[in-house]
Amino acid sequence: MRYSAYSILKQALSGNRLWKPAWREPQPKPHYDVIIVGGGGHGLATAYYLAKEFGITNVAVLEKGYLGSGNVGRNTTIIRSNYLLEGNNPFYEFSLKLWEGLEQDFNYNAMVSQRGIVNLFHSDGQRDEYARRGNGMRMHGVDAELLDRDQVRKMMPYLNFDHARFPILGGLYQKRGGTVRHDAVAWGYARGADQRGVDIVQHCEVIGIRRDNGRVTGVETTKGFIGCDRLALAAAGNTTTVGHMADLELPIETHVLQAFVSEGLKPVIDNVITYGAGHFYISQSDKGGLVFGAEIDFYSSYAQRGNLQTVEHTMEEGVSLIPGLSRAKVLRSWGGVMDMSMDGSPIIDRTPIDNLYLNCGWCYGGFKATPASGFCFAHLIAKNETHHVSRFMRLDRFERGYTIDEAGKGPQPNLH
Amino acid sequence: MASLITCPHCGTRPKEEFSIRGAAAPKRPSATAKDEDWHRYVYVRDNPKGRYQEYWHHVAGCRRFLVVDRDNLTHEVFGVTDASDFERARTAG
Repeated sequence: MRYSAYSILKQALSGNRLWKPAWREPQPKPHYDVIIVGGGGHGLATAYYLAKEFGITNVAVLEKGYLGSGNVGRNTTIIRSNYLLEGNNPFYEFSLKLWEGLEQDFNYNAMVSQRGIVNLFHSDGQRDEYARRGNGMRMHGVDAELLDRDQVRKMMPYLNFDHARFPILGGLYQKRGGTVRHDAVAWGYARGADQRGVDIVQHCEVIGIRRDNGRVTGVETTKGFIGCDRLALAAAGNTTTVGHMADLELPIETHVLQAFVSEGLKPVIDNVITYGAGHFYISQSDKGGLVFGAEIDFYSSYAQRGNLQTVEHTMEEGVSLIPGLSRAKVLRSWGGVMDMSMDGSPIIDRTPIDNLYLNCGWCYGGFKATPASGFCFAHLIAKNETHHVSRFMRLDRFERGYTIDEAGKGPQPNLH
Repeated sequence: MASLITCPHCGTRPKEEFSIRGAAAPKRPSATAKDEDWHRYVYVRDNPKGRYQEYWHHVAGCRRFLVVDRDNLTHEVFGVTDASDFERARTAG
């Protein structure tokens, strides 16, 4: 069923009895052309674009939990393309362009809201660095604007401009950045893929990868063996666990990142704001909750929950930036497990095994990348050829010395 | 939740006093080792789920590097040793 004003009216007149589930719950077939491991945002987007753009529809997405139970529903919903490096910027801009047309494309309301993102700076050196990044973006044809203190104050009068140690001097503004309702992204891609014949199999955990003669022949799962011609991994924080089943050596460490939401408040924060004196980012959802987060917990963790110290640190940063935040109550917090790569950038590439493809290393910036990641991964799987915007995101770049270290932090995954 | 770490020099201390360096398993190769070994040491990680040894630096205490032996799924801490003792035991073993 195509969603439209007409379909809503028709349903309303028939007492809403004719709505159908947005996707089927199929039992896995014995064999598929492509199996995608991981039914999160990237896995579902990959399936969607495989079917829609590349005509490969005999595809299964295997998800160990329920659809959208992982990081696609655990992030702070921010989209942007304000990256500096050549290996990153065109890719994230491609993603933002896909976000801009996504709802019409997959006929689902994902509440894409281009409310603008402001990265605040607090010192002359930081201003120069942001100006450089802004110039880099503009040279790639991406919108960027350097705001001075008064312009920021006009937009966000509630910020702590006269902080004794970290006064706000201005910000780098990307108007086309914003937020998207993250669950709807998973649902929209799932529905779109399902409509084109993709089987989305939930509660089906991959427990082994069967190989013969150096090629993958299928996967052992909790629902039995399923054969495939090509296998694609999009398992985020569990990439290593799955990768080890095929003896992959990976530059990945798994860490936990927490996120928070406050009680519902009247509209106060119009944009997405990031704090330059720490690492804190905040926006307000359409329901009114303030959605915010900070850094990872720094130690290796596979637990989808975090440490109280990080909770405290996040709140301190938030209140330091927005003093009024101290009066809001935190409603919920949660953790997700991140595939932190050694240079802070992702991997979309082939592996030493011919018909095994890898999509990982998203650190905690994977949500904004969902459409481009899915598109480029589908391109790679369908054509066995890297898409040109993801051509730097190679698995062997570490060995060759071509890391994409956006933050300049070196091979220390917990700092990216 | 790994909130308290028992430093072998300072006793039981809050996690806030420590900074975390990363996996303790990779062993530094010799300066003349092959590029392949260095690549593996600098970039490749086992990243196991479960028991995990990690370098923690007691920055707000004795400033010694420690190795915290813990479970990265349950966050239970099994033991903490001084990094030089860890290295000595590993080299001897």
